[in-house]
Amino acid sequence: MSEPRIFLDPTSERRLAQRPRLARLRTLQGVTVGLLDIAKPRGDRFLDRIAERLASAGATVQRYRKPTFTKPAPIDLRQQIAVQCGAVVEALAD
Amino acid sequence: MDAASRPPLPNGLVAFVKRACPTCEVVAPVLAQLASEASLPLTVYTQDDPAFPVEVQPAARADDTSLEVSWHHQIETVPTLLRVEHGVEQERLVGWVRAEWRALTGVAGLGSGLPEWRPGCGSLSVDPDLAPELAVRFGAAKLRARRVELAALEDEMEAAYARGWTDGLPITMPTEKRVLAMLAGTTRAPQDVVATVPPDLVECTVEKVAINAVMAGCKPEYLPVVLAAVEAACTSEFNMHGLLATTMPTSPVLIVNGPIRRAIGMNAGINVFGQGCRANLTIGRALQLVVRNVGGGRPGEVDRATFGNPGKIAFCFPEDEEGSPWTPLSSDFGFAPGTNTVTLFPGEAPRSIVDQLSRDPESLARSFAVCLRTVHHPKLPLVFDAILAVSPEHARVFREAGWDKQKLIARLHELLMLHGAEIVRGAGGIAEGAPEQFANATLPKFRAGGLLVVHCGGGAGLFSSIIGGWANGAIGSTPVTREIAA
Repeated sequence: MSEPRIFLDPTSERRLAQRPRLARLRTLQGVTVGLLDIAKPRGDRFLDRIAERLASAGATVQRYRKPTFTKPAPIDLRQQIAVQCGAVVEALAD
Repeated sequence: MDAASRPPLPNGLVAFVKRACPTCEVVAPVLAQLASEASLPLTVYTQDDPAFPVEVQPAARADDTSLEVSWHHQIETVPTLLRVEHGVEQERLVGWVRAEWRALTGVAGLGSGLPEWRPGCGSLSVDPDLAPELAVRFGAAKLRARRVELAALEDEMEAAYARGWTDGLPITMPTEKRVLAMLAGTTRAPQDVVATVPPDLVECTVEKVAINAVMAGCKPEYLPVVLAAVEAACTSEFNMHGLLATTMPTSPVLIVNGPIRRAIGMNAGINVFGQGCRANLTIGRALQLVVRNVGGGRPGEVDRATFGNPGKIAFCFPEDEEGSPWTPLSSDFGFAPGTNTVTLFPGEAPRSIVDQLSRDPESLARSFAVCLRTVHHPKLPLVFDAILAVSPEHARVFREAGWDKQKLIARLHELLMLHGAEIVRGAGGIAEGAPEQFANATLPKFRAGGLLVVHCGGGAGLFSSIIGGWANGAIGSTPVTREIAA
């Protein structure tokens, strides 16, 4: 782990330094939920089951897959998920 | 430095030494002599080897290998000898000067076997390899700005863009180390309030200006100019809020006068309004970043400019005083020549006047006048000020004819008296123009004092330049000059 990178805020500090998380979904009905397979073995098995559960709760499921679990998701993939989904589940499985 | 956070000094005689200093080695027996003979107690702070000097009892030695005591008490040389009473330094000697050491300590036979004089060595606390880190370790507490820590996977530059800190160009990331180095450029305290910055009307400290100056790419020696510019911009006369909010393409233009121009490497010559000079560009940019980040003035929000202009990234230049036939611009605002000043003008982008044939001042003044008449619209009188930037080759024509700046300005005003019939609404088949009631009047293009003349630019080229202004006077903005303080 490298040294923390700390900078001085150049602004009036009226905005939060860290953005709050988005509000949690109240319902899955009609929501498109992305399932991101990080490409670790058997992650798909886990996500298959999650997909069934989500579908039965009324969600539309979209499946995505990272090229490799060793690297962050490519920016195109992240943007695609952000545009297409109301929520995303990322599965880590071994 | 905040006195409360600095380590106190013991009373009596206090010496700072390091083993690596030959003069400290020479002085070591003297320190032992002081420990036994002086009436005041002795403390020896050792910067590199806590066992040094062996001649002094361990109880009288203090470990300052962290350099905290040396740094806080501004020790620049070793050996340094202080006399301290009630925790307050009374006297200070640097290096070894026998007579002075005897006088300060009251020990008559001190160092009788030593040479009379030996220069000291640099204190480790000011070692150029260590000083920046020490400044952060011991000095960062004086910085009050919120710390922003990036997540492990965040790219620094992307993080700066994502947080809206930049004008669209990359910035220098404002680390504690860089901001502390920037603050060394001014004698002002970091928490001094420089101005209340529009549009959010936020009190802006020297520290916040320094942070934005780092981001703009300034060197510490530019900071006094930036501070004066921020102050000038945020006056009610200059009206930064209105200038930011206007749909017109104007923004602060900074003109620097005085010896500081050359001291910090500003460019008044070739390509004076263009790229290539760090001081010109980063000073102008620092002001814009302060307005953006501290004031909250961003395009599309309070900044409503229809077109804007490239100078809204940075537009700052010095006058070429040395080559000028005239008094500097600052003297038109009441400052003695030789005073360091910055003048803020609400200006648009510069445009060129080409006149390669006039060799007499009357002809050249007429060229200037017909071009100046077009500022914003040839049929609009009195509303807008302008800067006329005269190049060295054009200025030579006036120099040789003996025209001072007042004579040129007076002639331009005469040539720019506009006949009402030509400029009222509808005249020339153009709806824009002065109100009908002025049809029989004669109106000046510029108000008195509304035409500013500066001398700058490269040595070759029979061109001058116009920087048009914004709505002038109380309804808009008035140029403001501020002295640049150290």
